[in-house]
Amino acid sequence: MTDFSMATSDDGIAIITWDVPNSSMNVLSLSGLSELTHLFAKAFEDDSIKGVVLTSGKAGNFAGGMDLNLLAGVREQMRANPAQGLFDLIMDMHKLMRRIELGNRNEGANRIGKPVACAMPGTGLGIGLELALCTHRIFAADDDNARIGLPEIKVGLFPGAGGTTRLIRKLGINAAAPFLLEGKLVNPTEAKSSGIVDEVVSDPLRSAHDWVLQATTQDIIKPWDSKHYEIPGGSPYSAQGFTTMLAANALVHGRTYGAFSHVKSLLSAIYEGALVDFDTALRIEARWFVSVMMNPTSSAMIRSVFLNKKRLDKGIARPTNVAKSDISRVGVLGAGMMGSGIALVSASAGINVVLLDQDEERAQRGKDYAQKFLDKQAARKKEEMGAQSPILDRIRPTTDVENLADCDLIIEAVFEDPVVKAKITRQVEAIVSDDCIFASNTSTLPITSLAEACQIPERFIGLHFFSPVEKMMLVEIIRGKSTDDQAVAIALDFARKIRKTPIVVNDARFFYTNRCIVPYLNEGLRMAGEGINRALIDRAARMLGFPVGPIQLLDETSLDLAAMIARISQKALGAAYDGGLADEVTFWMVDTGRLGRKSKAGFFDYSAEGKRLGYWGGFNERFPLARLQPQVDDVQQRLLLSQVLEAVRALEENVLCDIREGDVGAILGWGFPAWSGGPFSWLDMVGADWIIQKSKALEQQHGERFACPELLRDMSKSKKTFYSQLAA
Amino acid sequence: MPDAFIYDAVRSPRGKGRKDGALHEISALRLSADILNALKKRNHLPEDGIEDIIWGCVTQIAEQGGCLARSAVLASEFNQSVPGLTINRFCASGMEAVNLAATQIQAGVGHAYIAGGVEMMGRVAMGSDGAAIVADPILAIGRNFVPQGIAADLLATKFGITRRDADSFALESQKRAHTAWQDGRFQKSVISIIDQNGLPILDHDELIRPDTNLDTLSELEPSFRSIGENFPAFDQVALLKYPEFEKLSHIHHVGNSSGVVDGASAVLVGNAEFGDQLGLTPRARIKATARIGSEPTIMLTGPIPATEKILRNAGMTIADIDLFEVNEAFAAVVLYFIQAFEVDPSIVNSNGGAIAMGHPLGATGAILIGTLLDELERADKQIGLATLCAAGGMGAATIIERV
Repeated sequence: MTDFSMATSDDGIAIITWDVPNSSMNVLSLSGLSELTHLFAKAFEDDSIKGVVLTSGKAGNFAGGMDLNLLAGVREQMRANPAQGLFDLIMDMHKLMRRIELGNRNEGANRIGKPVACAMPGTGLGIGLELALCTHRIFAADDDNARIGLPEIKVGLFPGAGGTTRLIRKLGINAAAPFLLEGKLVNPTEAKSSGIVDEVVSDPLRSAHDWVLQATTQDIIKPWDSKHYEIPGGSPYSAQGFTTMLAANALVHGRTYGAFSHVKSLLSAIYEGALVDFDTALRIEARWFVSVMMNPTSSAMIRSVFLNKKRLDKGIARPTNVAKSDISRVGVLGAGMMGSGIALVSASAGINVVLLDQDEERAQRGKDYAQKFLDKQAARKKEEMGAQSPILDRIRPTTDVENLADCDLIIEAVFEDPVVKAKITRQVEAIVSDDCIFASNTSTLPITSLAEACQIPERFIGLHFFSPVEKMMLVEIIRGKSTDDQAVAIALDFARKIRKTPIVVNDARFFYTNRCIVPYLNEGLRMAGEGINRALIDRAARMLGFPVGPIQLLDETSLDLAAMIARISQKALGAAYDGGLADEVTFWMVDTGRLGRKSKAGFFDYSAEGKRLGYWGGFNERFPLARLQPQVDDVQQRLLLSQVLEAVRALEENVLCDIREGDVGAILGWGFPAWSGGPFSWLDMVGADWIIQKSKALEQQHGERFACPELLRDMSKSKKTFYSQLAA
Repeated sequence: MPDAFIYDAVRSPRGKGRKDGALHEISALRLSADILNALKKRNHLPEDGIEDIIWGCVTQIAEQGGCLARSAVLASEFNQSVPGLTINRFCASGMEAVNLAATQIQAGVGHAYIAGGVEMMGRVAMGSDGAAIVADPILAIGRNFVPQGIAADLLATKFGITRRDADSFALESQKRAHTAWQDGRFQKSVISIIDQNGLPILDHDELIRPDTNLDTLSELEPSFRSIGENFPAFDQVALLKYPEFEKLSHIHHVGNSSGVVDGASAVLVGNAEFGDQLGLTPRARIKATARIGSEPTIMLTGPIPATEKILRNAGMTIADIDLFEVNEAFAAVVLYFIQAFEVDPSIVNSNGGAIAMGHPLGATGAILIGTLLDELERADKQIGLATLCAAGGMGAATIIERV
């Protein structure tokens, strides 16, 4: 079985078909690369072959990208000199791709080239598109569901197989920027209007074949291989290009807060490459790409955001002793913001939803939420309104508990009050079958105690969604003391069906995610209370790569929620509780009536329309600005350590069972910087010794909350890292 | 160590750096040659007695490219045996030319230099020669590059300089420049520019607005707010370097920033022997020189470390200086200087500066030295210090002492 095969048509066109066995999507592997090299050599050297069409055997798909394990593998194999190994591999790919691009033309040897077209039956991403880009003409299937683009930037890389260099030369720096710098994906029609593909047709193979048959020698000369070529929009030192680079540098820097080094490397590859000829540009691109691959942050990011996320999506934590389940009907209790979102994602995944609320109007409003979302989505995709109606039809708003009778899974998303929750739990349990799993979407209440309301606490589980549900990728599944494997397995199957990434944690106050977010927010509150400029606190977080700083996040999630969490913690911990300055700030804000965005007054001022303006000046009248502001690094260390030390404690206490869940959960759940690979990957990068030293200094200066967990001391002694222990 | 003396200093009037500016019709080559010829003529210099012509010029491209200094020599009445060196330290180029000439003299290399510079800002657009610090992500991102106007507003933000402060300063610059012209204080240095037929082209600084007032100034739109806050949002880049500030205060505008002009200047620097041989009397001694590098994002703080360094070099204190010339690149630059050294504002830029008269980048450094010398003589003071900030985070300074 091979990844590529070749057949020659009667009229002398070689069709090379990419069809990786036992896989729904083509990905490029090392053996695939050598097959492809071999087949193109054969096609080019056979005089009876006039030209080549490269296509895929997968319906609706051309190729998904590079096998990221492959790149990691090469680095492992070339332990002595991994940079050389990666560079050589990429330059070998360029050799093949350049040969395709020239159609084996060799002017010195008076050899004319053969036309090569790409027939793209559907989605073409990453290396798939990069391969297509080196052919002479791309024919994409007229399929709105197909996605075309170079998403590498999103997993900590950038297009490193010529995609950067070719797209810049094909579209110009300005037009290529969204595709390279943001990983923008488009459908074939948009890809054509952007200039990425050449034709959108109903039968790409047929059209490509016809084109190859009639292609002239001129047709197969790429603009950048002809004389007097200039990059569209100019190279970096043309008048227009200079302005483009000036703006691009500032925009990229500003928008990323300088937190993502691979984006800077991409920009350097673009700039440096645009100053030289095509082949030199490819070499420059390769060197920058290798430097990104060699950066420990990129492998950490790939490991978490791509590889381990995929593992979790497939359910590595799933108990193996339970047969696979298929949830077909789910009951959602409470049609508030969370309940409506859960109903929407469930219905979108083909699950029938019974959406229960106390009054009809509220229940209906929950369904309207889905309607609004789907309409917006349809407008964006330029689909006809109403095309999404099967999804809507699956949501049944009701006030009658009896309608929940046939549900396989109940998700309770009512008010965060144990009494209210217990009441509805008992009510519903009386209706549903004994096999029905009962999940609570609580984010603050212990699952084990909520389960006490249940006749069969084994079936009770936590299913913690994040807001907004349709956007946030994580579901935190909480195993209560009595929760059985059956419940965990079904919860995982459900998560998979609604295409969320699950982590499974044990029950403890605030579970895993909130347990880590709370100290992060509290540290922000303390610093604001100490008189550190709120702008500095938020910006320090953004510069680390957090999507939003703690002060702004508090305004978004509201100060009365913070106050509620403080009261719960105080109650749970009693004398050991140290709310300190954080609580002083929180309660003062609540007392002042500044609850955040929802009250259009918080740490920020807001316009009447709710637009966030500047930081509210009144805050520093109560908590005066410190005369001496700290360095940004100091602020960042407090923000980071407050949460990573808590993550380690969660692991120590077996709330968290797997560091991979800890890393992926942190990135997806509360926006922990993706470049780091997550808290445990970050700890591995900086090393236990560094953390011990930093936490000691912070503990002396700021208190016990920074005390170093024993686990890190042990790791320092044994010279181990989290991930080395996982591998062993 | 031989002394480096200033024997003379000349400059062109400054013409508006745009199509309707009086000097717009003149090439950088012609204006340079005219200035060299003027200096030669009034000092009766021989054709070949000069070791080198050192010419500051920032935008060295097109007519200002290809070592303009050498071209200027060849277009002038000097002999081809005089070589020519063009240098670029951004806004401090003209000063660096003089400092370089002085240190060469002090090192015993040659007897005399002509040092100065030119910038035809209306003919050769600023930035048109490219710059890696702007375009190359390694620097632009790695060093938080922002345009000078943003840096000036950052400087104002950091040191609490308000729009009102800057506008008042700008008004004062206009008043002083106007008074100085009316009083004939620039007569000694300014060379009238004439055409090939002897017809007059320009004999005064074109940009001065004697009728300006605080109300007019206060109505002007901040020049850098849009590129700072909207596109491409340079403020954000600046704030990533200075995260302790919530936002920048955009106080600078056309009225309190240096004017875009065309102009040239030259200083005759020589040792004692040179003067003796030609019967020229030295007007001042170049007592010390300094050049420094500083943080490039805020970029314009250079005059402070440059001044600290030159005072150390000269073994002096700030109190030893009678008069200052601090280039008015932006109002905040000079206001920060006054704040940092707590000097009397009346002895800083006594006859106005670049806000009123313009800042022909490559020429300004030598203009400041000439202006300082004229004023020391007029006011009968002894010691003066001139300093400029320069792009990329640099600064230069010169101390002169009358003899």
